Amino acid sequence: MEYFDRFAIPHPSPAIYASMVAIGLTVIAILIGLTYFKKWGYLWREWLTTVDHKKIGILYLISALLMLFRGGVDALMMRAQTAVPDNTLLDAQHYNEVFTTHGVVMIIFMAMPFIYALMNFVVPLQIGARDVAFPRLNALSFWLFFMGAMLFNISFVVGGSPDAGWTSYFPLAGNDFSQSVGTNYYLLSIQIAGIGTLISGINFMTTIFKMRAPGMKLMKMPMFTWTALITNAIVVFAFPVLTVTLLLGTMDRLFGTHIFSMTNGGMDMLWANLFWVWGHPEVYILILPAFGIYSEVVSTFSQRNLYGYKSMVASIVIISFFSFLVWTHHFFTMGQGPLTNSIFSITTMAIAIPTGIKIFNWLLTMRKGKIKFTVPMLYTVGFIPIFTIGGVTGVMLGMASADYQYHNTMFLVAHFHYTIIPGVVFAMLAGLTYWWPKMFGFMLNERIGKWAFWFIMIGFNVTFFPMFFTGLDGQARRMYTYSEATGFGPLNMLSFVGAIGLAIGFAIIVYNVYYSTRYASRDIGTDPWNARTLEWATQTPVQSYNFARTPHVNSIEAFWDHKKKGQPLFKGEIEKIHMPNNSGVPFIMSCIFFVWGFSFVFSMWIPAIITTIAIFACMAHRSFEKDDGHYISVEEIEATEKNSEVLADENR
Amino acid sequence: MKIDNSLPLEYGTEQNKLNILGFWIFLGAEVMLFATLFATYFTLEHRIGNGPAGAEIFELTPVLIETLLLLTSSFTIGLGVHAMRIGKKNAMMTFFAITLLLGLAFLGVEIYEFTHYVHVGAGLQVSAFTGVLLTTLGTHGAHVTVGLFWGLFIILQVKKHGLTPATANKSFIFSLYWHFLDVVWIFIFSFIYLKGMM
Ligand code: HEM
Ligand SMILES: [Cu+2]
Repeated sequence: MEYFDRFAIPHPSPAIYASMVAIGLTVIAILIGLTYFKKWGYLWREWLTTVDHKKIGILYLISALLMLFRGGVDALMMRAQTAVPDNTLLDAQHYNEVFTTHGVVMIIFMAMPFIYALMNFVVPLQIGARDVAFPRLNALSFWLFFMGAMLFNISFVVGGSPDAGWTSYFPLAGNDFSQSVGTNYYLLSIQIAGIGTLISGINFMTTIFKMRAPGMKLMKMPMFTWTALITNAIVVFAFPVLTVTLLLGTMDRLFGTHIFSMTNGGMDMLWANLFWVWGHPEVYILILPAFGIYSEVVSTFSQRNLYGYKSMVASIVIISFFSFLVWTHHFFTMGQGPLTNSIFSITTMAIAIPTGIKIFNWLLTMRKGKIKFTVPMLYTVGFIPIFTIGGVTGVMLGMASADYQYHNTMFLVAHFHYTIIPGVVFAMLAGLTYWWPKMFGFMLNERIGKWAFWFIMIGFNVTFFPMFFTGLDGQARRMYTYSEATGFGPLNMLSFVGAIGLAIGFAIIVYNVYYSTRYASRDIGTDPWNARTLEWATQTPVQSYNFARTPHVNSIEAFWDHKKKGQPLFKGEIEKIHMPNNSGVPFIMSCIFFVWGFSFVFSMWIPAIITTIAIFACMAHRSFEKDDGHYISVEEIEATEKNSEVLADENR
Repeated sequence: MKIDNSLPLEYGTEQNKLNILGFWIFLGAEVMLFATLFATYFTLEHRIGNGPAGAEIFELTPVLIETLLLLTSSFTIGLGVHAMRIGKKNAMMTFFAITLLLGLAFLGVEIYEFTHYVHVGAGLQVSAFTGVLLTTLGTHGAHVTVGLFWGLFIILQVKKHGLTPATANKSFIFSLYWHFLDVVWIFIFSFIYLKGMM
């Protein structure tokens, strides 16, 4: 029995026990449901083994939404705890766990998959490709991410949550100060998900470099594809740093090395440095695809081409370069001396310049446009002013000497939420609404969507704007409570009210999905927004092979010019199409990774060794496997294309 | 599958070209991985706590042997790829086999080296320096180990299927990997051992 004691939770509470029961019941309900409706075969064939980039995109999307819910519950608990002074809803330990899991879940397990959801679905379509370069690896990326997320999410019911913050600074995160297995969960689950992300980075870079439709030069790519390319380049260069950082942290915690310790020569600041060498590029990994989405949306709904295409591209590239040169601004106060601080202060402020250029480009795109205020456009227009506040406060934080006042206060919390929420969350909601009809064949209801937008927009500002003030007044971040005498009470209450507004906004989105699924028209054609890029030249729903005939591109907005100027898009005969086969190996291998991670978390060496061998066995299997894919015949394609407008269009 | 005969076999199909580019990008990521390890190593190099310093534990002989073995193996795999390009299947397999044997010998010496470190009191848990030293060397060694299996699988496949676009592609990519490990080793040799011994 003693062996199993390790799985107990160190700080139990009724809420955690209730969650355990809830998780158990949900799992049972899902299993029974699948069996009752005889959906196991369907699930396996259509989803667990799929290598289709569109389905993988949808899998990412579902996971991201689930994680948004989990992170959102964490957020509400935090705001509820701090709503009034001296509150006892959560104790200090639980509060630590909640803000840690909130940060990790939102950044690694919500924002990242959301981005990859849209990149997966959209990028191959935008460049006129059949799939990504390595469909099998793409499935592996997703499942690794998913298993990493699941591993992280069981921590609070098996063994205890991580509690050292999403930044997990050593020595706090070391064995001396974090005695539960929580931080092991942090290290291993992010490691597993991170490897998946790195694979995606390689995959998408190769795809975008090599698989563009004939005629689509780099400078003719749609802006979202540009941002996807650069984002994935940052992934490829930043994620290995994370891999090593997590590896070294794991060595310290599980194998007793002294890399980040306070004794035997270890250096705790090294963790902070390595973490942010990955961490700052990571925030640009999050924001660049968002910029891409806004660029698409703004030009579609202003009904004119994007202003300053070249300067947009240039600023993305410059941002990606600078993103590696600013990491020290996260710990100006931690003793590197005035020279270093000054240098990093300057690079930090410099990054605001290309960002500003982009803002002006969007504004100028709208200037002479005929703007249609659809839901995606509302998010875009809402994003511009509040993201600017985020950027301006970023520059304030970037002044090293002033940062001594702001650092680790609620002011910082307000800053990064003012960048990440309009930057990432709004963009994802805009992108989701925008591409939803391509994904699912119907549109989300605009009226309900607008209600959701206003709740989120107002709720967001009510939640986070007060934090600028409490922060300047000295309210520290990550404190589970404060006394009445501080006077922080009313503004924190206001934040709580705002948070409820946000929650209502998200609930309305869920309702919108339900409502639109039931009532929305399925007869929307292929291009309901009158858009400009190639993904709208496919059928709705998109066929597994995407394009029956490869599009030929000779302008930035090939599809628009095809519609307006009658430029031919699809030439030649339909030929048979080569497609990759489905495979269960990525899923199985990722399941093994889950057990592998779990074994390491609890230092169970025998299963750890067995699963390590099993993982390599999967790779060996892949090496020996002969899998040449399959062909879709011309007759089959013609049959599915018969009622496609695209084809009819051409033969007119 | 369309095969383009104007290009070397390993580049012959669309998928092959994708594989090679993808692998180069992967190597870019690997560069970052080792760069991070090196940066960590340089930061902690002199933080030896109560343990030994590099100069006290490094031994030139095994390190030279390792270097020699790995450099030679990089040469032989080059010969292997050349043999593949001119269609000599058996020569190619022989050179690949020699490469792997050299790699195996490298690994043997490295294992000896590790036991030596533990013996002289420079185990993993002694100091920041020993920890990062062994982690860095270990990461390279683990790459070599994976390479040994991978290379073996490729030889078996070439034996079975001959030199097809698929096997040629795998062999070529494997050679890139192997050369890369050699480059990393040259850095380890110069900036960990030589620098440490000076
Ligand atoms: C004009 C551009 C920006 C500047 C000058 C800037 C500057 C800064 C500075 C100096 C800090 C550290 C402050 C401190 O710890 O005291 C910081 C924190 C942060 N920023 Fe920004 N930032 C910018 C844009 C962004 C964007 C676009 C994002 C994300 C999409 C972002 C996300 C974050 C996060 C997550 C943190 C805090 C992490 C933590 O400590 O937990 N920032 N920013
Ligand atoms: Cu930063």
